[in-house]
Amino acid sequence: MSTDDLEADLTRNTENAPRELLTRSFFFLCAALSVVTTISIVGLLITEASKFFSLTAPLMGVAGETANLVDFLTGTTWQIHSKEFGVMALISATLMVTIGSAIIALPLGVATAIYLSEYASPQARSILKPALEILAGVPTVVYGFFALIYITPALRVVFPNIGTFNMLSASIVVGIMIIPMVASISEDAMSAVPDELRQAGYGMGATKFDVSTGIVVPAALSGIFSSFILALSRAIGETMAVTVAAGAQAKFLNPLNPASYLEGALPMTAAMVQLLTGDITGGGLAYRSLFAIGLVLFVITLIMNIISDFVARRYREVY
Amino acid sequence: MTGTNDPTNDEMLVETDVSDGLSAAESSVTDDAETVIESKDINVWYGDDHALTDISMEIPENSVTAMIGPSGCGKSTFLRCINRMNDLIDVARVEGDLTLRGKNVYDDDVDPVALRRRVGMVFQKPNPFPKSIYDNVVYGLKIQGIDGDYDQIVEDSLKRAALWDEVKDRLHESGLDLSGGQQQRLCIARAIATDPEVLLMDEPASALDPVATSQIEDLVEELAEDYTVVIVTHNMQQAARISDKTAVFLTGGELVEFDDTQKIFENPESQRVEDYITGKFG
Repeated sequence: MSTDDLEADLTRNTENAPRELLTRSFFFLCAALSVVTTISIVGLLITEASKFFSLTAPLMGVAGETANLVDFLTGTTWQIHSKEFGVMALISATLMVTIGSAIIALPLGVATAIYLSEYASPQARSILKPALEILAGVPTVVYGFFALIYITPALRVVFPNIGTFNMLSASIVVGIMIIPMVASISEDAMSAVPDELRQAGYGMGATKFDVSTGIVVPAALSGIFSSFILALSRAIGETMAVTVAAGAQAKFLNPLNPASYLEGALPMTAAMVQLLTGDITGGGLAYRSLFAIGLVLFVITLIMNIISDFVARRYREVY
Repeated sequence: MTGTNDPTNDEMLVETDVSDGLSAAESSVTDDAETVIESKDINVWYGDDHALTDISMEIPENSVTAMIGPSGCGKSTFLRCINRMNDLIDVARVEGDLTLRGKNVYDDDVDPVALRRRVGMVFQKPNPFPKSIYDNVVYGLKIQGIDGDYDQIVEDSLKRAALWDEVKDRLHESGLDLSGGQQQRLCIARAIATDPEVLLMDEPASALDPVATSQIEDLVEELAEDYTVVIVTHNMQQAARISDKTAVFLTGGELVEFDDTQKIFENPESQRVEDYITGKFG
């Protein structure tokens, strides 16, 4: 090989060869798609929601009816026909579903994860894991029907005055729905705990219970917290099941009062479905309230994601 | 001993049995050093793999017994028979008798959890818990329900593990922030905090640098004044330096020779052992 050939060989610049450039641009476009989509949706939410409020509507060049931002955020009555848009009525219902489902799903999910990771025989695992995956794959509208047709009648045995649509059955069914999420993410975190730590525990004369609760769970804490936040975000955003089971009547209830759970209410997501399927016309105040609710929902889940990120970083153990 | 007399704890009931065996063993032993652990024809299988064949030996009290041999010869497997860590492996099967002070630890009434409280263990890779240095040392005391002045026990254990001076000002920092050699000494402190009778060490210095290794070796010799130490090592010089007795395992899971360390290294009975020690094989 002559010196020139050698030079050409060493400097042929494979990084910018047409095929490399093509594939690189293709993968970049795929990755960019999700970013563009997110930005568009957030942009749409913000511009449409700002047409709803009297504070920002003039900036958007919108004439006609508007709503007061403070009334929207603090109001506890949601009555579209009488133009009352108090989003707290919807937030309280969403909060109830979140609290109720958390009470059910977090302990059960972590307990399931501990069983799967520390106690289950390979045979038990081979039955339980697919069962959990199936649970996660059931269409949410089916969960809604399940709540309406089975859970509520069963609850009526205990609480005779429970409504046909009630927050308790909606919370239970959303709780069941998010158990697989808590269980599988927590189990991943527990399985990632190095076996050396378990050996150290057993070598000290620890029982299985000592090792599971005193070593594995603390070491997997960041993953377990992440599973909580993700599952709760899912509960907040859950739509179909609560639309079917929770009712269609917006009502402000105190989420900390157990008796409120026997009544029906309208979570944010269900309210949005109601607005979309109702006879509201495009461009009206009720239509634009849809985007205002959507924005509030988005901000709540965004905060949850930020918390999740922070917790995962703060409590991550490096072995 | 675990240092508690709670009669309601059923794990203690088995320990009482073991103590009964202790008095029987005491009366029968006439040697100058008492036998703490005696194995008779121990065989171990992992599935169909016969890992140990007919291992018999007597391990004397307050001494260092080293187990050497090439990789895969079963020395670690034997160590894990003593505190029944092999129970944690589904496919492992152990046959034969292994007595701790006269009580067969493979009897049906022996609780492996109670056994491991009397037989401490230090592992090959330092494995402190992701907790503070202090909490690492008191972990065994807590799970075993031992009362006492924890601050004092932590100080004593860390001093005995030659780690106190390096960590006394940061006891509440994570044990994972220590260097590898410090972590291993922390693991030793953790193991001796509950004052076990026997200390098993599975290649405790193999993951450490030479300085840390020599610290661990000094420590092992000191610990043997109060504990019966059984140490697995693949480092023959280490065995020669620190042990009183040496067991040589060779490939195939058999114990080829077990004798005083000096005898093993200077004048072994078996030609295979001599070949191994002089580096002709293994």
